[in-house]
Amino acid sequence: MRFAPHTDDDVRDMLAAIGLDSVEELFAQIPASVRLDRELELPDGVSEMELLADLRELASRNRHADELVCFAGSGAYDHYVPSVVWALAGRSELYTSYTPYQPELSQGVLQALFEYQSMICELTGLEVSNASLYDGPTALVEAVNMARAATKHHRVLVSGAVDARYAETLRTYGGGAGYEPELWDAPGGRGGRPSIDDDVAAVVVQHPNVYGALEPCRELFAAARESGARAIQVFDPLSLGVLAPPGEMGADIAVAEGQSLGNHLNYGGPYLGVIAARMQDVRRMPGRIVGETLDVDGTTGYVLTLQAREQHIRREKATSNICTNQTLMAVAASVYLAWLGPGGLEELGLQCASNAHRLAAALTAIDGVELLFPDAPFFKEFALRLPRPAVEVRDAMIDRGVLAGVPLPEADGRALLVAVTERRSPEELDAYANALAEVVR
Amino acid sequence: MTGAPVRRTGPPGEGTLADVSRPGRRAWSWPKREHDDVGVPDEFRRATPPGLPEVAERDLVRHYTRLAQINYGVDTGFYPLGSCSMKYNPKVAETAAAIPGFQRLHPHQPDATIQGALELLWRLEEALCELTGMTRCTFQPPAGASGELTGLLIMRAFHTKNGDARRKIVIPDSAHGTNPASVTMAGYEAVQVPSDARGLVDLSALEKLVDEDVAGLMLTNPNTLGLFEEEIQGIARAIHEVGGLLYYDGANLNAIMGKVRPGDMGFDIVHMNTHKTFATPHGGGGPGAGPVAVSERLVPFLPAPLLARDADTGALSWDHDRPDSIGRVHGFHGNFGVLVRAYAYVFIHGGHGLERVSERAVLNANYLAEKVKAAYPLAFAGRPMHEFVATAKPLRAHGVRATDVAKRIIDLGFHPATVYFPLVVEEAMMVEPTETEPKEVLDAFADAMLQAAGEAESDPQLLHDAPTTTPVRRLDEARAARNLKLRW
Repeated sequence: MRFAPHTDDDVRDMLAAIGLDSVEELFAQIPASVRLDRELELPDGVSEMELLADLRELASRNRHADELVCFAGSGAYDHYVPSVVWALAGRSELYTSYTPYQPELSQGVLQALFEYQSMICELTGLEVSNASLYDGPTALVEAVNMARAATKHHRVLVSGAVDARYAETLRTYGGGAGYEPELWDAPGGRGGRPSIDDDVAAVVVQHPNVYGALEPCRELFAAARESGARAIQVFDPLSLGVLAPPGEMGADIAVAEGQSLGNHLNYGGPYLGVIAARMQDVRRMPGRIVGETLDVDGTTGYVLTLQAREQHIRREKATSNICTNQTLMAVAASVYLAWLGPGGLEELGLQCASNAHRLAAALTAIDGVELLFPDAPFFKEFALRLPRPAVEVRDAMIDRGVLAGVPLPEADGRALLVAVTERRSPEELDAYANALAEVVR
Repeated sequence: MTGAPVRRTGPPGEGTLADVSRPGRRAWSWPKREHDDVGVPDEFRRATPPGLPEVAERDLVRHYTRLAQINYGVDTGFYPLGSCSMKYNPKVAETAAAIPGFQRLHPHQPDATIQGALELLWRLEEALCELTGMTRCTFQPPAGASGELTGLLIMRAFHTKNGDARRKIVIPDSAHGTNPASVTMAGYEAVQVPSDARGLVDLSALEKLVDEDVAGLMLTNPNTLGLFEEEIQGIARAIHEVGGLLYYDGANLNAIMGKVRPGDMGFDIVHMNTHKTFATPHGGGGPGAGPVAVSERLVPFLPAPLLARDADTGALSWDHDRPDSIGRVHGFHGNFGVLVRAYAYVFIHGGHGLERVSERAVLNANYLAEKVKAAYPLAFAGRPMHEFVATAKPLRAHGVRATDVAKRIIDLGFHPATVYFPLVVEEAMMVEPTETEPKEVLDAFADAMLQAAGEAESDPQLLHDAPTTTPVRRLDEARAARNLKLRW
């Protein structure tokens, strides 16, 4: 047995202490009629060396972002992850622990989460953050649940320029909670005006939106709040050195996909659900929240707090069912945000935006290639209209070593969403433009 | 061993990163680039920078190293937290997940460029279906509770498809809190079935309680008390006879691998916790992964997209065209990086190895129960499986409670058991040693438990004052909730 350390003598002695003759007797209470009367049909166990050879063979069938230059975004971004992030978040005292039910033994994780909450508040301009949710789309579900509980209203209005995966996830969970998200049109790739009545619980805008475009959401958020609804912004954490924070835009609740905060692409997970709100909703927040307090000697320490919101106390009346969350990703995010500081965050944002605009200019200089929404300002991501189906263009670009973006259904399938991070060098931008010119020629 | 396994380190009162911060200090480094065309109109620009810390990289390293040193994990020592399967996390799984061909894959890459990743998921799905006796499996749910909700939404879709609106889900009174919370989120009403004198589902009470308004039942087996539900076939029959479905909460799957399968017990839907059974690290509270496997008749309702293999070419792809699917429950394909670790665990062990895992987990729990039960009686008489629930009730005569024992155990060098859960047992202590601990560690922990019981009689104040050797002592939780300080 590889990871169970028992010797034959141990097993014999332990069975004797229990008063049994065989391990099989430990399972005697399972009725024979349901017992598996054969071995599991799984391969035999292997050595570590063989396992890694198998995994490396599987990995070799994938084309990854170190060799396929990544301009894909749409919710997951190839930002640089500094060495220090996982050197620290990867400390095994942190990653082999669990939910801090015994705070005296868990001050490391608790303080790291308190600092994460603090930095998310600083970033978003809002008043309270929890200690993490699963990912961006499920964070939006939780935000909508908060809004419905806070307002006692029912309708959930969602901009048509919110990522379809977010709307699909809302629809899935709305099926249980009893609402159907209503999408409004965003002509020209952004904006649009839903009709807000007094039964609206939530008005949801993504800014920058699914096309990368900047959303003029201040007025809409004000109107939403005026009608008694909660204004919810889906935001990009790494835009906030350059873009005004959700709190200033007028959002009541802000949610984000936190992958870009020091987490690897990981084929879609584990990622990080970020949620922040105003203090008015603190008792409706889902999941773990860490608070500062004192011990019996007056020493500052940290505990899970407001637990009366949570499933292990409140059961069917809890604000959410979430238990295991994405703590380790939140710890990585806090190391990364502290590595950036205000200066690094702003410089990062400027480089993303500048890279994106430089690439957009080079690409739209190609005959037949134009911006899908030429009037919409953007941050690090933009949508192109191509002269050929986007899927064909993407596949031809992969042959040239470039993951050119994510095809969109718009423009009869001739639209491509392109994301540019700080990680893309001037040479890579040029190579993209040259390759695209060949592909669409 | 004397003293807590994590101690105060470094100069006291170092504080938070905000305290360490000095204006102008920095850790970041970006290439020097011109950025004259940022293209963001003024109305969208941030006016004042966020108050993030300004620290050097050395500050970061010292700070988080200190935080790691005052945190207790499985790598620090024994962690018998009941219901959480805090077993050793093999390091090879970390190596596997860091292979660039897995770690550096973008979730929007076309299927043709990720055939190895899809093959890994396909093989893992086949293995999990074999282990549970199910037909197909989704990897989208990122944790156990998410798996529960996914399973309940599948139940709802199944009944709706049959034109059969039902309102109730039955759960045992000993169930984990996520069960009733998930029931509510799925739009159902939770109905509790009591435990009988043996700590098992009271079958006659269940039979009286079920009717055609019951959509299904959620159960762990072994149950939350660590006992095998011997009448599982009767329970399944009672639910199936009224047209309901059985949901297997996989929290306790570590007890039965290779011995009995949920599918063979009559369950229709199963979630697994990879961070419990398959030793993917708990991460301080996550990430986990909560794959959900279902029987044949429920496959159409699984979340979309689902993996598909082309019969001719063998190529794998994501099938989005699933009209009866409940939809998407995660932004992408679940916690893939965690699933790579689970694959490493499952295939390094193989079928025989997984069966041995369960045998040793059950052996360890029974051995430890035997050693401590004189001082901490078992809540129920039946033979426990991979964990046992004891009670500190006898110590109440000395004014000592389960939490006092737990805090004293900390000073004696261990992480204590789960206390006050399940709720149906007074002064509950739920102990799950897992299979990765040797006899001598179990002996030392048992000695500490017995020592604490003795001290409860001879010197109860010692237990009330504990812990005394940790970085902080007992914390004022009421104060934390009253004077909310949730950020610096």
